Amino acid sequence: MSAVLSQRRELLRSIIRRHKRWDAVFGVLGLLAMMVGVLTLAALFVNMALDGIPRLTGDFFTSFPSRRAGQAGILSAWVGSVLVMMVTALFAVPVGIAGAVYLEEYAKKNWFTDIIEINISNLAGVPSIVYGLLALGLFVYAFGLGQSILTAGLTLGLLILPIVIVTTRESLRAIPQHVREGAYACGATQWQVVQDHLLPYGTPGILTGVIIALSRAIGETAPIITIGALTFIAFLPPVPFAGDPPAGMFDWLFSPFTVMPIQIFNWTSRPDAAFQANAAAASFVLVFMTLGMNAVAIWLRYRLRKNIKW
Amino acid sequence: MRTIRIELAALAVALGTLGAAAQAQVVKIDGSSTVYPVTEGVAEDFQKAKKGAVKVTVGISGTGGGFKKFCRGETDISNASRPILQKEMEDCKAAGIEYFELPVAFDALTVVANPKNAFIKQMTVEELKKVWEPAAQGKITKWNQVNPAWPDAPIKLFGAGSDSGTFDYFTEAVVGKAKSSRGDYTASEDDNVLVQGVAQDVNAIGYFGYAYYAENKSKLRAVPIVEKAGKPAVSPDEKTVLDGSYQPLSRPIFIYVNAKSLAKPEVKEFVEYYMKEGARLAKEVKYVPLPASAYKTALEHMAKGKKGTVFGGVAEVGVTIESLLSREARL
Amino acid sequence: MTSTTTTTGVAVTPQPSGGASKLAEYAQLKLQRKRRERLIEGVLLLAACVSVFTTLGIVYILLKESVLFFSHVPLWSFLTDTQWTPLFDDAHFGIAVLLAGTVSSSLVALVIAIPLGTIIAIYLSEFAGHKTRETMKPLLELLSGVPTIIYGYFALLFVTPMLQKIYPDLPGFNVLAAGIVMGIMIIPYVSSLAEDAMRAVPMSLREGSYAMGATRFQTAVKVVVPAALSGIAAAYILGISRAVGETMILAVAAGMQPNLTLNPLEPAATITSYIVQVALGDLPHGSIGYQTIFAAGLMLMVLTLLFNLVGYWMRRRFREAY
Repeated sequence: MSAVLSQRRELLRSIIRRHKRWDAVFGVLGLLAMMVGVLTLAALFVNMALDGIPRLTGDFFTSFPSRRAGQAGILSAWVGSVLVMMVTALFAVPVGIAGAVYLEEYAKKNWFTDIIEINISNLAGVPSIVYGLLALGLFVYAFGLGQSILTAGLTLGLLILPIVIVTTRESLRAIPQHVREGAYACGATQWQVVQDHLLPYGTPGILTGVIIALSRAIGETAPIITIGALTFIAFLPPVPFAGDPPAGMFDWLFSPFTVMPIQIFNWTSRPDAAFQANAAAASFVLVFMTLGMNAVAIWLRYRLRKNIKW
Repeated sequence: MRTIRIELAALAVALGTLGAAAQAQVVKIDGSSTVYPVTEGVAEDFQKAKKGAVKVTVGISGTGGGFKKFCRGETDISNASRPILQKEMEDCKAAGIEYFELPVAFDALTVVANPKNAFIKQMTVEELKKVWEPAAQGKITKWNQVNPAWPDAPIKLFGAGSDSGTFDYFTEAVVGKAKSSRGDYTASEDDNVLVQGVAQDVNAIGYFGYAYYAENKSKLRAVPIVEKAGKPAVSPDEKTVLDGSYQPLSRPIFIYVNAKSLAKPEVKEFVEYYMKEGARLAKEVKYVPLPASAYKTALEHMAKGKKGTVFGGVAEVGVTIESLLSREARL
Repeated sequence: MTSTTTTTGVAVTPQPSGGASKLAEYAQLKLQRKRRERLIEGVLLLAACVSVFTTLGIVYILLKESVLFFSHVPLWSFLTDTQWTPLFDDAHFGIAVLLAGTVSSSLVALVIAIPLGTIIAIYLSEFAGHKTRETMKPLLELLSGVPTIIYGYFALLFVTPMLQKIYPDLPGFNVLAAGIVMGIMIIPYVSSLAEDAMRAVPMSLREGSYAMGATRFQTAVKVVVPAALSGIAAAYILGISRAVGETMILAVAAGMQPNLTLNPLEPAATITSYIVQVALGDLPHGSIGYQTIFAAGLMLMVLTLLFNLVGYWMRRRFREAY
């Protein structure tokens, strides 16, 4: 009897050992997978740093583009990028979250809702330049907004809208039903449930989506060139909200502009080797700007996520 | 709610006064990325000379995109690496846009080979045609098929993308018909990539603008071109382009100026500055400047109101600057 | 006591009050509340419809020019011609060539992104400690933040030479290098979203599994992943859409040579890189060469729509509720 038992025990132990081995193997696999991503980032950074860092003087940030590589700088470019990102975020984030809230909480399960949902996934796959062509016909010509920061912000906002919507929906879907049910049981209206419970709980996930979306937008080149962003512009848009109210405050929205990816795009295709160093330096700065945006949102997400326990 | 309403009202007023502030004293230029380096130089120096009183903006939507905006009256000047084509002329006419066509420089299309290549000392247009024509696709793959004196080495080709003016011009000049080319070559929009491709392969040749060769003389060798049997082989450089002996691969590049914009003093000053300083600036970015007389004549034509294009909406190859300036313009 | 229902269908009984005036007051408040709720719902619906308007706008401009294109080129030859040389003098308009490029590049990218992204998501969600997760997740999200044009030059100038050391015959422009870099770029799309979905699975499910003696790996694969399947599928679909729609990396590193092949070791043009090439090139707008980009774009939209329909249907079937 005990022989059979101890045999059984051995069998059990060997099975448990095997499973534990798989566990360990997978742990290693996971680390390796992450290393692929981290190593790529490192390679990119090192590449850019080697070529670009010598060029990163104070002048580089405060000079306008020039045909002489040594004098060319990214002043108009980084200011333009910052302003365009502001408009993009102000447009895409509220509209995206509102749309996602509607689809997740309010929409009835009918064919119309299905159409909207399929629509959104479809839009995520449309090449960015098609958005540029759309924006040219719609914002620049039909709405008359001109080749301005406002147009660029709206174009990029439309581009990243599907990402914001999809990720917001997923984060809302992840909130357990009992949170909603508890709130309804206390007599809350739908909007009160969304405003006071779902959005706060969903904020970490929403921020994930916003981070990914804005990072995509800041690096886009093709649609912005199509709507008429410039490559040579040696002056800055007017300071936002600083003109004579009410109209002057929004002058900056209608100003011509350029953005970082366009400068990089232009400089990499110049024959003069010194421009390649400029391009590497500008790439470095652009990645750092993206990092900065990410860091703020990530810090927020980290702080908010700590409070969620269910 | 109150603040939202105030902001909406402000936005509405802002949209209404769109025309006012932001548009004052700006010269708007868009078009070809080939002409861009020259225009950029002029814009930069012009702005410095005017101490910021006039603003100049330059885009790179491409020659086609530039003309589209130009023929809608959105830009004052259009950079073009090829003459305006029939369809674009019609668009401009329909929109009531009249223009001046001003040549600003020459771009010498250079055929390059690897410096370690021992056998390509020069090439005739005939040989180039044999290599690049559509019938060569898949068939002409070794250098000895082109010229029996050359070794049995594989042919590697690098060239411009099929949407660019460079491609159009090269195929028209070499094969005889624009856009007529074999498809199995490495095409790229970024000429730096082509430079690298040829520099890394002993048996490779490629073609692109002179500026890219000039900046990479250590990595590449320009191939002298024999235009016709009996003529000497000519290497591309400023002298041979100016005296018209480097044929057929010299092409003029242009700016087109909106006649109505010329009424604006800042645009007129800019164009005059362009013609005055264009030679110096073209040289700086490694394009071949026109002879000084050519710039003067162009300005005179403009002053006389000689509007329109001398090409009749069709691209041409092998145009010399004298013939360009003496032709009749047509809108 | 009369019971009334709010817009959400939950019964609400008004408190015992002093008279009809109070009831009237409550009725008034409730009406206001209802109106406000309707208004908010309307605003939210409008926001959701922005995407519909966007699609309508895109379809409109694509169709407008494509109709002109198809009046010159028969649909049959568009679908079956084996050459794509629309800008050459002897023009061929076979979209299959560009499609082959799109398919091969997306496949290479997804072969990298989906397995790696899923593994990373499972690792971060189930295995990693709090500190590791909170450092690695943002770090990986940075991958999606690098501008695509920088990735393009990275693929061309760094990855291709590296690959050429392994396989010397590799041409300078090839789909493999571009696809690999694209895949690495898409990893965070898959891993971040999948990880969020997995983290949302209640601990009680995991605890039950652990109580049965399962290892972390078994719990992850047999309990958490099935529970989070809908979120993981959403992550995959987003990743695939991103791969198909990517433009600049392919425009720079895959060469723009239309090539009817699924072999990633050769250069190829995709629908997206072709559109960029022409839209920013020297062609006159309105010419048939220019119209090809709209026809190609339309083709791409039709395909992604079909794909999304299939994905949507599959997700509906496999959604799990807990």
